[in-house]
Amino acid sequence: MTETTTSSAIASTTTAPPVVELVGVTKRFPGVVANDHVDLALHAGEVHVLLGENGAGKSTLIGMLAGLQAPDEGTLRIDGADIRIASPRHALALGIGTVFQHVMLVPTLTVAENLALGGPWWRRPDRAALAAKVAEISASFGLSVDLDAVTGELSLGEQQQVEIVRALLRDSRVLILDEATSMLTPAGTDELGALMRRLAARGLAVVFITHKLSEAFRFGDRISVLRLGRKVGEIPPERLKALDEAAATAEVVHLMFGATPAEAGGEAPPARAAVAGPAVIEVRGLSVPGPMGSPGVAEASFSVAAGEILGIAGIDGNGQKQLAEALSGQRVAAAGEILLDGRPIGHLDVGARRRLGLRYLTDDRLAEGTVGSFPVSLNLLLKEIGAAPFWAKGFVRPAEIARHATRLVASFDVRTPGIETPVGRLSGGNIQKVLLARELSGGARAVIFNKPTYGLDLANIAASRRRIREIAASGIAVLLISTELDELLDLCDRIAVMSRGRLAGTVDNDGAARRRVGELMVGKQS
Amino acid sequence: MHRARRSGNGRFAAGVLHALVMTVGPIAAALVLSGAVLVAVGVDPLAYYGTIVERGLLSPLGLQQTLTRMGPLLFLAASLIVAFRAGIWNLGGDGQFLLSAVVAAAAAPVLVGVMPAWAALAVCFLLAAAVGAVWSLIPALLRAYQGVNEIITSLMMTFLGVSLANVLVKLVFLDPATTVPQTRTLPVADRLPRLFDTTVSSGLLLGLAAVIGVHLMMTRTAFGLKLRVVGANPRAAVHAGLPVAKLTIAVFAISAALAGLAGATDVLGVLGNVRADWNPAYSLAVVPLVFLARLNGFASIAFVFLFSVLSIGGESAARRLGVPHYFTLVLVANLLLLLALAEYIDHRRRVAKKA
Repeated sequence: MTETTTSSAIASTTTAPPVVELVGVTKRFPGVVANDHVDLALHAGEVHVLLGENGAGKSTLIGMLAGLQAPDEGTLRIDGADIRIASPRHALALGIGTVFQHVMLVPTLTVAENLALGGPWWRRPDRAALAAKVAEISASFGLSVDLDAVTGELSLGEQQQVEIVRALLRDSRVLILDEATSMLTPAGTDELGALMRRLAARGLAVVFITHKLSEAFRFGDRISVLRLGRKVGEIPPERLKALDEAAATAEVVHLMFGATPAEAGGEAPPARAAVAGPAVIEVRGLSVPGPMGSPGVAEASFSVAAGEILGIAGIDGNGQKQLAEALSGQRVAAAGEILLDGRPIGHLDVGARRRLGLRYLTDDRLAEGTVGSFPVSLNLLLKEIGAAPFWAKGFVRPAEIARHATRLVASFDVRTPGIETPVGRLSGGNIQKVLLARELSGGARAVIFNKPTYGLDLANIAASRRRIREIAASGIAVLLISTELDELLDLCDRIAVMSRGRLAGTVDNDGAARRRVGELMVGKQS
Repeated sequence: MHRARRSGNGRFAAGVLHALVMTVGPIAAALVLSGAVLVAVGVDPLAYYGTIVERGLLSPLGLQQTLTRMGPLLFLAASLIVAFRAGIWNLGGDGQFLLSAVVAAAAAPVLVGVMPAWAALAVCFLLAAAVGAVWSLIPALLRAYQGVNEIITSLMMTFLGVSLANVLVKLVFLDPATTVPQTRTLPVADRLPRLFDTTVSSGLLLGLAAVIGVHLMMTRTAFGLKLRVVGANPRAAVHAGLPVAKLTIAVFAISAALAGLAGATDVLGVLGNVRADWNPAYSLAVVPLVFLARLNGFASIAFVFLFSVLSIGGESAARRLGVPHYFTLVLVANLLLLLALAEYIDHRRRVAKKA
């Protein structure tokens, strides 16, 4: 950071020591390094934007600031003193307030009751004092909060204001807004942005996490970019102000997705035979309603040829899961056609689609893909209960099931103490192998992978990717949904980008793919 | 790791010993705790337990009554095992039991007049199963298609079912020949046959067949496995393409039909009629038993036997010592709590050892 002495108030505060500072913070989870020696300084009077793909380590970083997790290495300094944040309560007491992505209020309670939560249990909440304090905060920050409203009846933007008030009630000096705009309308986003500016002007240090670059440039003073757990760059206020939006976008996209023009040209994916076979999966105008408040799928059309790998890129929660479930038959589509080998299958159930060769590997291995308490052998047949030769006239034939399981465990290299071991006791990588074995056995024509390497360690990631390549090479059509751009660039023939339920565009996986997919992901039309 | 691998035999013996301590310990503690309650209300616990053992287990007549009582309880255990293993909390067994009992009691005396007794009994059993299943339809549909919590709906259907059963006895199926409001009585000769030269009703055998049948269905058939998948992980069931809604309705129907058969067994084997305001509430009493048995069919036979001894002996003790007969439920409750406590401590100990 270069020290400049311009006359602006912001510049003068940045020269002051940071309120909160993370120094060389590392956090490991089994098989992954979520944060790798990250340095981050939060200054009073600044909106500090944190950018990065899913899995870049933003949430872990926030978790450590909010007291949900403790760093394995490195230190956290508040006003220059080393501090170990023991709990979320401790974080609040230290003046670090967090507004999480998903609203954390009790919907059936009034706003006042929600704000009074967390006080000592033996004391009756002091309503008058609370009202006075809220009025003071509302006046000074230009917020409007109705204390008597039932929280669940407020809009998401209003609920977020309540959460911000709650954080301010504790005299927070640092306010973290985790993907606060992801659920808001454009008008709500502008309002929140204006509020962030006011909070910063009053001397708070605001941390703002977003996926949208335009918001980062409009509301932020300083931008830090995380990638694969490491902080790969920081744009200080002086520079950010000097850059125009196009130049800033180019710089951030480069930081987030790690491509320099030279790199992108020199690191072409391994050559694959051009795929020009007939379409195995064809989807026309598919629309799927999403769960409350999140996007479903809107008029998606694409096709995947035999032996082809089509990637679906996009930030998590933009309709990828709904797309996969509609294709597999788990979710009812509102409109559109799905064809497998030219044959409409939109009206068929999960079992019938599976028998025709359409397979779906879910991203939720334990909660959806398997029954954790059941043995490996039964989980391998979870989608074929009652089928011959494993069941005869409805009665189980344990010898056949054991033979089938032994064969698959060997050929897919599942490391398990035995076929009777409950699948929930295996590691993530081995559970994934069980799922692979189940979905690939017996006449697969097309396979949908949803985040196949999510949460795996490096060895298993490599093995899974090798397996996906082999599957495609054997002439199976592969739809690969992933939030990791590197994975898609490594494996796919073409990459479609999904954003708010729509396919924003499809690009061939050539040298320019990294940049173009990155642009589509952050909302820039190519 | 270095703590030397024990021989297979040694480990097996240790396992058996552990299981024994984990079962016998809480039972002994429950007896002591319940004994303390008895002392507190001024009853000699030894006299109470002695009466129960003597009247429920040792005296020939008592033992026969105990075995007879097992019939309907075993059907109810089967009913609950099907439901609980499939993750469906059918707590409406008492309503299903009572309505089926009333319908069977009303139909039997009429049917024996027009067909052979065995055929009449068979028809009555079918009727009872159908009535029970129908009474579960509302909770089943609400759960399957609207996700409404079946604990509440099935319990509420029990209140309605008990009241409706009373209305039927008092207004529709009333025996005009008696002054007490009750249904017509099925002659003893036409009831379920007794076993050999005893007073034990053959309902015991039917109940045993039901529990074992259900156990085999859940462990050996594709249908049972589908139900277990739905119970263990409903999202995996959807993912695997199982028709969760239809299976839910099927589970309710089977469970409620078995509860209905329990009612028919009690009426056609033992009582011969249903009196107004009769409600033994067996189903709720069996709920803790099947949990103690961890939803295992064979283990629940043992627990049902234990409970039958307690309940037959408890009825005698109530007359002799003035302890209300539902004190047996206090005993069962204590046992359940202490077993849970033992399990909790054991789990904590194992976690501590691992760490």
